[in-house]
Amino acid sequence: MTKPSKLLKKRHRRETRFRFYGFATIVVVLSLLALMLISIAIKGSSVFSKAYIGVEIHFYASDILFDPTDPEGSLRKVNFRDVIYKSMALNGDLKGMSRNEVQQLISPGAEFMLFDQVRQSPLMIGGKYLVWLLASDDVDYFLKNPESEKKRASERRLTNAQMTFLLTEQASGKLQHKFNWLFFTEGDSRSPELAGIKGALVGSMLTILVTLILAFPFGIAAAVYIEEFAPPNRLVRFLELNINNLASVPSIVFGLLGLAVFINLMHVPRSSALVGGMTLALMIMPTIFIATRSALHTVPKAIARAAEALGASPVQVVFHHKIPLALPGILTGTILGVARALGESAALLMVGMVAFVVDAPTSIMDPATVLPVQIFSWSRNPEQGFEDHTAAAIMVLLLFLMAFNLVAIYIRRQFEHRW
Amino acid sequence: MTSKIKINDLNLFYDDKQALHDINVTVKEKQVLSLIGPSGCGKSSFLRCINRMNDRVEGIRIKGKVMIDNLDIYDRAVDVVSLRARVGMVFQKPNPFPKSIYDNVAYGPKIHQQCATKGDMDHVVEKSLRRAGLWEEVKDRLDHAGTGLSGGQQQRLCIARAIAVNPEIILMDEPCSALDPIATAKVEELIDELREKYTIIIVTHNLQQAARVSQQTAFFHMGRLVEAGETGEIFTNPTDERTQGYITGRFG
Amino acid sequence: MGFELVFLTAALIAMVCVVIAYALLTPSSQSYFSSVSRKNLTSITIVGLLSLLLYLIFLTHDEDTPAIRWSWVFFIGVGLWAVSWVLYKSIEYRARRRILEGLIRGTLLFSAVLAVLVTFSIALSLIYEALRFFEFVPILDFLFGTRWSPSAIGPNGVGYFGAVPLFLGTFLITGIAMVLAIPTGLLCAIYLSCYASDRARNIIKPALELLAGIPTVVYGFFALVAISPLLRNTGEIVGIPIATESALGVGIVMGFMIIPYIASLSEDVLSSIPKALKEGSLALGATQSETIKRVIVPSAIPGIMASFLLAMSRAIGETMIVVMAAGYSARMTANPLEAVTTVTVQIVSLLTGDQEFSSPKTLAAFALGLMLLFITLALNLVAMAIVRHYREKYD
Repeated sequence: MTKPSKLLKKRHRRETRFRFYGFATIVVVLSLLALMLISIAIKGSSVFSKAYIGVEIHFYASDILFDPTDPEGSLRKVNFRDVIYKSMALNGDLKGMSRNEVQQLISPGAEFMLFDQVRQSPLMIGGKYLVWLLASDDVDYFLKNPESEKKRASERRLTNAQMTFLLTEQASGKLQHKFNWLFFTEGDSRSPELAGIKGALVGSMLTILVTLILAFPFGIAAAVYIEEFAPPNRLVRFLELNINNLASVPSIVFGLLGLAVFINLMHVPRSSALVGGMTLALMIMPTIFIATRSALHTVPKAIARAAEALGASPVQVVFHHKIPLALPGILTGTILGVARALGESAALLMVGMVAFVVDAPTSIMDPATVLPVQIFSWSRNPEQGFEDHTAAAIMVLLLFLMAFNLVAIYIRRQFEHRW
Repeated sequence: MTSKIKINDLNLFYDDKQALHDINVTVKEKQVLSLIGPSGCGKSSFLRCINRMNDRVEGIRIKGKVMIDNLDIYDRAVDVVSLRARVGMVFQKPNPFPKSIYDNVAYGPKIHQQCATKGDMDHVVEKSLRRAGLWEEVKDRLDHAGTGLSGGQQQRLCIARAIAVNPEIILMDEPCSALDPIATAKVEELIDELREKYTIIIVTHNLQQAARVSQQTAFFHMGRLVEAGETGEIFTNPTDERTQGYITGRFG
Repeated sequence: MGFELVFLTAALIAMVCVVIAYALLTPSSQSYFSSVSRKNLTSITIVGLLSLLLYLIFLTHDEDTPAIRWSWVFFIGVGLWAVSWVLYKSIEYRARRRILEGLIRGTLLFSAVLAVLVTFSIALSLIYEALRFFEFVPILDFLFGTRWSPSAIGPNGVGYFGAVPLFLGTFLITGIAMVLAIPTGLLCAIYLSCYASDRARNIIKPALELLAGIPTVVYGFFALVAISPLLRNTGEIVGIPIATESALGVGIVMGFMIIPYIASLSEDVLSSIPKALKEGSLALGATQSETIKRVIVPSAIPGIMASFLLAMSRAIGETMIVVMAAGYSARMTANPLEAVTTVTVQIVSLLTGDQEFSSPKTLAAFALGLMLLFITLALNLVAMAIVRHYREKYD
């Protein structure tokens, strides 16, 4: 017992090795996950701050022909690009740069923002003000990757003159980084610096709303019926089997169904939040069904018996006693189902939500996109700027999902009874 | 008869709760000691100290000495795995592995590599099943699942499995409480035969069983060893009034 | 809008008249009004006033926007509900109870039936469209043909729709994913259920569940920008040509996605093995790893196998990772270093074009979808059958 034989030592060594393998595997898996998330975060975080160049803009009345009777129309005719260039040309630091080089520094979106500013306060016309203009995508890239200037001239995006100018402006405080609210207030766009996820966020919200309204009542009702009221015959068991099978059908098949039945047969508008919501409702209804059933199952029979003994009818037993007690489980299942719907993209590709949608949808019939599909579309765009945006959008999506999951875990911990 | 197991000042704590207080008892070799007492008074916990099955419980602390053949089994140098080859255990609910009858019995010797050849193993399996009184009933179906036997047969299979590693001590935690009276009688008969070769400690709720089967009896109450001695003495002439109360059925 | 307004007003007045008439004329309602509680009266009054208020508001805003329309619907709904509630309260309790029970059970049954109709409609619609496809392309050519070029012009006037390269590609990628995920997931599950302390398990298990909830676009993105380039560059350095869209890259990422799935399912199975078995083995002097290898895992094999099959089913049906990182060229190869395409990729590719709905390309997608459905359903049924069979044997 005290002097372990060689065999014993071998057995203990095997035990230690085995235990180590298990532990190492978990550590490796979790680290790889962390690595993946961190690399995405690093890539995406650069999107959240954008460079702005401070320029003193002269709002010459001769250039900006403003008609008070038609403010929008008259301002739209103004070439703000020229206004910007004129004012920038006055800056001594720009010596030696061609007009093209100067204009390449400013994002096309800056013109629109200037338009917006003047429209909101036309009194600016005639004066000169310091305006922060959104820098172009190339400038942004250069500032975040300073080593890119070491590349060969043909690979660089900015000329020497441009780079010198930027560094001068930076030194004199005329270059600032601000939080990129544009990302959240703008919809999709062809230019990366103007692209935002607002359209996708609104689309996601509308779609999830439709999904919930459709899936929640039906899933729960079906589960309550089958668990509590259905006679235990073969037909009911067949029903059960089918709904359980539905839970493991690949999501793309639901998309095909949406295409064939909702779009083709029922003529629901393609790419709308309605058709997306209906498709997703089909997909998560089995999840809600299964969660509700298992939640009802864990309520002890003793409580139902006690209620029956007091004279409650079957419906009263279920609605007054079982469902309230099963509610945490039901809610948890629903939240997890919604989280799954939020991240779903394959099914929605099939019903057309991959279109280029700029404006946020205003109703469930408008063409829309959802955040995961937006991520997918952006990832196919070869421009460098969009890769960052894709990562940033992923971060937003993961944040939402984490919030949902934490709420579900919280509900489960706080309210679940331990019988 | 020499004393096989000596327990000195054993104290057991689950986190802050103390489950066993200052237990002192000696177990003689090749005899049956029964542990009696009301539920929850620490009998099973005490039993598990002897083969260190308590080690895996989180938050457990053990003070005192458990000596087998004058060697403290809680000493650092002691290897738990080989300790358990010397101290076998039979559980309250029969727990045969979902393997064949043969494999169930052969499991212990296989992992301790006690048999060099298949012939040796066959021999060990047959010997253990005979000693457990099960051989005649299962010799034709050794490759059938162990879980296919009746309750009583399963328990005897578990006993055979415990015997197969050639232990010196067998611990039994209420081995008959899940069995019907006929199976119980068979197992009690078996225990009587087994004590020729092994030292047996049995926890039981059944006072009559304790009286039938054991030579020594120890009465536990609220985590303390109230009284221990010859079975006959304890049952007819207990010194402590708590023992008296339990035996006459005033509480428990 | 004027006509509708008049109509609805008339309907409302009629309803109110009915209620009043009923209340005044039927004997049972007289007793009701005498025993009506203050709470009931208050709620009726509030509902009535609200409806009146809404009505007046809409009388003055004679616009025709969707908001107004929906408000009308709401208004009518409230009115109907109030009326039916009043009628309902006037019926004797036991009769009322019985009507309500029947109504509720009927509603629940209706929902359940609706839910099931969905299942059937999936299979039916897929079968219907697939059958239309098989009018263009014979089913044997589809199932056993080895050339997949939907856009070419073949002998029938339509493209080549031999699905074998797609099946090959799907199974190649799934195979790589399983080879990675099965041992890893299983080992994680073993450690989690047999070795980890309670505290560790409380942290790791939710972490794994979070992992399982990461949308597959994220994995697809990661495969696209990180893994595939990495593999290709490594191949360049070592001298082996690895395609940018290699099956290996996609398979690795998909395997990584499946790991938490297998770990979670297997851990549930392992934890449900009765503790008595574990204790029996330890009491005989086995080490923990011996107990795991010889007793626990063998007992859990049915459940673990089922979890493998379910994970495989998930991998086969996976779309986003493959669409983003795998190729579109249908190749008959078992070489993981080459680019292959899968069933799901082709479904997406066939449908994201501007074809009309009845073209053979679109219908081919449904035929592929049907295949996918069959395979995943078959795997799931086998998994359930395994669990059921062994549960009977060992219980």
